[in-house]
Amino acid sequence: MMRTPLGQVRGLGAAKSGTEHFWLQRLTAVANLALSLVFVGVVIALSGSSHAGATALLGNPWIAILMLLFVLSATIHMKIGMQVIIEDYVHDDLLKLVALMANAFFAVVIGLAAAFALLKISFGV
Amino acid sequence: MVQLNLPKNSRLVEGKVWPKPGGAKDVTEFKVYRWNPDDGINPRVDTFFVDRGDCGPMVLDGLIWIKSNVDASLTFRRSCREGICGSCAMNIDGTNTLACTKGMDECADGGTVKIYPLPHMPVVKDLVPDLTRFYAQHASIEPWLKTDTRAPGTEWRQSHEDREKLDGLYECILCACCSTSCPSYWWNGDRYLGPAALLQAYRWLIDSRDEATGERLDGLEDPFKLYRCHTIMNCAKACPKGLNPAKAIAEIKHMMVSRQF
Repeated sequence: MMRTPLGQVRGLGAAKSGTEHFWLQRLTAVANLALSLVFVGVVIALSGSSHAGATALLGNPWIAILMLLFVLSATIHMKIGMQVIIEDYVHDDLLKLVALMANAFFAVVIGLAAAFALLKISFGV
Repeated sequence: MVQLNLPKNSRLVEGKVWPKPGGAKDVTEFKVYRWNPDDGINPRVDTFFVDRGDCGPMVLDGLIWIKSNVDASLTFRRSCREGICGSCAMNIDGTNTLACTKGMDECADGGTVKIYPLPHMPVVKDLVPDLTRFYAQHASIEPWLKTDTRAPGTEWRQSHEDREKLDGLYECILCACCSTSCPSYWWNGDRYLGPAALLQAYRWLIDSRDEATGERLDGLEDPFKLYRCHTIMNCAKACPKGLNPAKAIAEIKHMMVSRQF
């Protein structure tokens, strides 16, 4: 490519983004610290429990809300984390685009499916 | 995807074992990466034996001794031989450092001194990497004082406290040991500016005399230019001047977040 080294380094210029992802990744990391403890506590409390016991525990609005928050926070964290890995290692433009899309779809589907299951159990419908 | 294997014509082969110096009592083995763009042969690792009684104690002394006494075609950069010019940066004993400040006796592995060019850079010849892009990255952060206020008749004034903020930053000699030790720079060196350029960017960002702080932050706010740093810390480990580029990068990220709230 007949471009000066400085022209190559400047490239398309700064995207003026990245800080929001950086902040959100730290924010969700802090949230996950507390929420994952609650999640582990719920899993331990449910070990050996019957279906009725499980629906009763998740029927508690506080537990259900905390579990929903965990799903939200963990899903956002997962999506951004995977995006960074794709950007780091996938250098083919088309493959990168497809991988980033697939990652976004996967995060939304997993997050919504988990939230739906939680709500369904919690409301007992 | 990331390439894990070197291309066929870049793979290392066994090199030449040069004769031991006659009559030498104390000899240190050097294994040195060799590559010549003109002979069409794969890179190789040559073995040399350095007469310790006939040269100084540093790795650079050994390389100069080899060039003077064994193989004059051995190619490497060097200048000041006291750790201030940054020319003789290379990978010695598995770590990027300056050949002039690394003692031969500091090298582990049974006293063998293993030397390669700085990793993941195009090689010009033997131990000389092509640093063109590295210098362009430094230029891209515009490493000079930028002001709109009319220049004072004498000097721009700065308090002692503000001057102290430049300590640990201004000492960088641009040897490239840090950037070429960074995996993020290996994988995305075309878009990530790397620790050396970012340390210099921060040096100007916190200079109390500079008036372009916001403009400088704008230029760095990018998922690749700045945020490819994943705080791996190889940069701080490698820096032969004991600086901490990772901390400077973290400070830039802190400034980025600070201006949002």
